[in-house]
Amino acid sequence: MEMLIFLLFAALALGSSLVVVLHRNPIYATISLVLTLFCVAVLFVLLGAPFLGVLQVLIYTGAIVVLFLFVIMLLNVGREESHGAGQGLQIAGALGGAAVFFLLVGLALWRTGLPELHPLTADLVALKSLSRDLFTEYLLPFEIVGLLLLVAVIGATVVARKPPQDGPAASTANAEGAEL
Amino acid sequence: MEIAPSPVLIDVAVKLAVMLGFVLTVVPVMVWVERRGSALIQDRPGPNRLGPFGLIQPLADALKFMFKEDVTPSAADKPLYLMAPVLALIPAFTTIVVIPFGPTIEAFGRTIPLVIAPAETGVLLFLSLASLGVYSLILAGYGSNNKFSLLGSIRASAQMISYELALTLSVLAVVIPVSSFYLPDVVAYQQEHVWNFIPQFIGFVVFLIASFAETNRLPFDLPEAESELVAGFHTEYSAMRFASFFMGEYASMTALSCLGVTLYFGGWSLPFVHLEGWLGAIVGLLVLVAKVGICMAVFVWVRWTFPRFRYDQLMRLGWKVLLPLAILNLLGVAAMTLAGWI
Repeated sequence: MEMLIFLLFAALALGSSLVVVLHRNPIYATISLVLTLFCVAVLFVLLGAPFLGVLQVLIYTGAIVVLFLFVIMLLNVGREESHGAGQGLQIAGALGGAAVFFLLVGLALWRTGLPELHPLTADLVALKSLSRDLFTEYLLPFEIVGLLLLVAVIGATVVARKPPQDGPAASTANAEGAEL
Repeated sequence: MEIAPSPVLIDVAVKLAVMLGFVLTVVPVMVWVERRGSALIQDRPGPNRLGPFGLIQPLADALKFMFKEDVTPSAADKPLYLMAPVLALIPAFTTIVVIPFGPTIEAFGRTIPLVIAPAETGVLLFLSLASLGVYSLILAGYGSNNKFSLLGSIRASAQMISYELALTLSVLAVVIPVSSFYLPDVVAYQQEHVWNFIPQFIGFVVFLIASFAETNRLPFDLPEAESELVAGFHTEYSAMRFASFFMGEYASMTALSCLGVTLYFGGWSLPFVHLEGWLGAIVGLLVLVAKVGICMAVFVWVRWTFPRFRYDQLMRLGWKVLLPLAILNLLGVAAMTLAGWI
């Protein structure tokens, strides 16, 4: 039974992630991404980490992908057209990316050696011990990641902001809000 | 995790039948309450022809929806257009699995907690499933290929993301003193102490306002503001597909009312009376239904009493008032819990 559920959702996750990469319409690709993330959440639950699964749905499918869709709708991104000339470049880019990925992974494995793998234990992913580890042993990395995200958000806002214009310009944020 | 043997599956099926029956009954009753309630507030009779007090009116409405022509605009993105009304129902009907509707009972040689999914992640599961509701609005707007629909769904996604933060933070403030996400624990905590809306009054107010925004009800029904956007994200829908959005709205109101009652008003429990066993199960379910009924009446009352917010006012309220208030409330509750005051 458990195996059946795993196979079903693993297949769905793989299939939908292929659609994410291959579909020409960005809206369909994003909707498939929702399905992929949801299936991965189910796999987390099957692994005995329901907390991670729920957070995956809450943060990724419930908030971040909604923002993707929001931006796609606002910009009205059309279907991607295939150009004869661009095709070769795309394949070259994909191959190059894959080569760099395997090079980096190979380098990391060669430098560190294959670390000994331990199976996930129930108390490692249980809610209480996970949060205790996060706020004691891994506090510094946790805070650094938070700071990094904050910097990225502020940076994106600064980059996207319109340059200030002369004259008594109305507050841009409010004007944009009223247009919606 | 091992899959439970069949007798427990039967328990889950029975519990599911009870809660789904509850939500599905609430929807037509609420349609009637909304129409009669609005009539009462506006001093007019309302639907009063079919059956006593017009009680059979929702049935007639449903029949009419079934026989209306189902129009799909020729320019619509068909798969997305057809998927959206179905998605509108999913969050409302899945979130109720974490709502407890009675004490843990001993029956047929087993202990049965009266909550459909006794999951450790309770409240978070509710919030994560509820956050999927925005997809139906987005897809409806995009799939219809209509500018009013698209504007409605852009508003909907911005609004729901903004208010979800305040809602989640106010819920977390309840969870801190209980130190458990599991909703039966929250009810048990309130049985020992007082109902949470007294110590957590600020959080309760934030939760209340945010839940109006999350269900797209007036005064925050910007996604379907009739005076500006025809009918917003469901402009192009007709017949049963329109009815399915309608049902989704009432069902998510019911689900959020269930959560609010469980978090702030003791859930299925009564003050000063300790209910247990089968009697507790039956009385508990009735108490839950009664409390949810009061919440739904407040939804209707507010809808027909307040005017609609302007869009920038809505965003300002969400980000500059509710979110800071919710964060302060969370910090305050955490500090008070550490100090041992609650």
